[in-house]
Amino acid sequence: MTTDTIDPLGTVNPAPRLDNQDPAIFGQTPSQTVGPFFHYGLPWKGGADLVGQSDMGARADLFPEDHYVLNLSSPRGTPQGEVIELFGTVYDAKGDIVADAMIELWQANAAGRYLAEADDRADVAIDPEFVGWGRSSTTVDGEYRFRTILPGRVPGPGNSLQAPHLAISVFGRGIIKRLSMRAYFAGSEGLDSDPVLETVPADRRDTLIAQPAGPGQWRLDIRLSGPGETVFFAV
Amino acid sequence: MSLTLPQYTPEDAGQPPSLALDYRSTVLRAPQHAPIAIPETLTEVTGPAGCWDRLMGSAMADLTTQHKAPPQGQRIVVSGRVLDEQGRPVPNTVMEVWQANAAGRYIHSKDNWDAPLDPNFTGAGRVVTDEQGRYSYVTIRPGAYPWGNHTNAWRPAHIHLSLLGPAFSTRLVTQLYFPDDPLIEIDPIANAVPMPYRQRMVCRFDIHSTVPNWALGYLFDVVLRGDKATPMEDGHDH
Repeated sequence: MTTDTIDPLGTVNPAPRLDNQDPAIFGQTPSQTVGPFFHYGLPWKGGADLVGQSDMGARADLFPEDHYVLNLSSPRGTPQGEVIELFGTVYDAKGDIVADAMIELWQANAAGRYLAEADDRADVAIDPEFVGWGRSSTTVDGEYRFRTILPGRVPGPGNSLQAPHLAISVFGRGIIKRLSMRAYFAGSEGLDSDPVLETVPADRRDTLIAQPAGPGQWRLDIRLSGPGETVFFAV
Repeated sequence: MSLTLPQYTPEDAGQPPSLALDYRSTVLRAPQHAPIAIPETLTEVTGPAGCWDRLMGSAMADLTTQHKAPPQGQRIVVSGRVLDEQGRPVPNTVMEVWQANAAGRYIHSKDNWDAPLDPNFTGAGRVVTDEQGRYSYVTIRPGAYPWGNHTNAWRPAHIHLSLLGPAFSTRLVTQLYFPDDPLIEIDPIANAVPMPYRQRMVCRFDIHSTVPNWALGYLFDVVLRGDKATPMEDGHDH
């Protein structure tokens, strides 16, 4: 580290400020909020539709149409498995809706395999039509919505098997660090013995369990803080 | 099972808390419970980094050529590397960028700051790291702007960055700040990160990447969480 210097006349010259290129402070880049104005830079049309090619996910109403430079995602075929919609409202500690949040989703395909290098199991099939990742802005009413595939079961620690779940990240104005959580599905296989859900106090588990809300529809509200606060994970 | 899972280090001391009282919006939005530590499973150690182009479409590494004419302001080239904590390059990682224009205004209907919009600047782009983890994008230097956090609150000039990283657990959103900006020291968002770690978000002016008669060069490396040095205590099946 550099230090202050004192010149011959006794003037203290402060050390130059460290910056990103100084080896002395090399390490994890700190997290910062997405702020309130991420809508034209992050969510894109179709980003919340992991199955088809609808416009879900973006809020193009928040900026001029001719300044929309983000593309629709590339065309894909039809993924295997049961198509579902997951939606819910994001609330703050006072119970007010959060209209400037962004939700991301990461999940396995219907067979329980992730389309990623680290998942190299030859005995579980990749679905070439399904990436399993999406992004949704909340609406003016604080609602997020994804169209996706009901995931299969994925291995957990040891020989355990996890219940079907989606990994979720929550970003927003006032959220300095990404909040990490999961969505499970009420009544699904393995819910009572899921190795991750078991780490959560029993009386808070329902904050991570989506409830049926119609054919193929599941609802899971997200409470950032306060009464009924959603369980967030350190991952 | 023959799975060998990567394992990622936890957050280090440079990561800010969720609640930073001086940044007012955190008060109703920071969780009151501490986050629960969970075992790292396939879910946490996998991610869509290899598929970003299928998801989002193309890279857009020049933010100054998206409209009919060049935007107002000082053209800059920001380049650097995406690394892990061991200093190894993280290739094929998408970095999304978004920012205000040279006058400090976002092209967003909720931004009511009385500074001009620039019809030739959206301020959104994305770039992908090469095999050595390097990236580079062209934009204009964003302006500072006032915000409603407290009396006379001004955000330092900054560029928002979003990186998918190799895994769900390495997802990172951060902000790049510019050197010698007096506003950084009085900005509650930057200051949520303690010193000296805050300086990890300050780029460096660089004459070597400055392009003669065209653009100033700035260097900025992003460091994502890396491998755990020691094996986990409980039994992942290796």
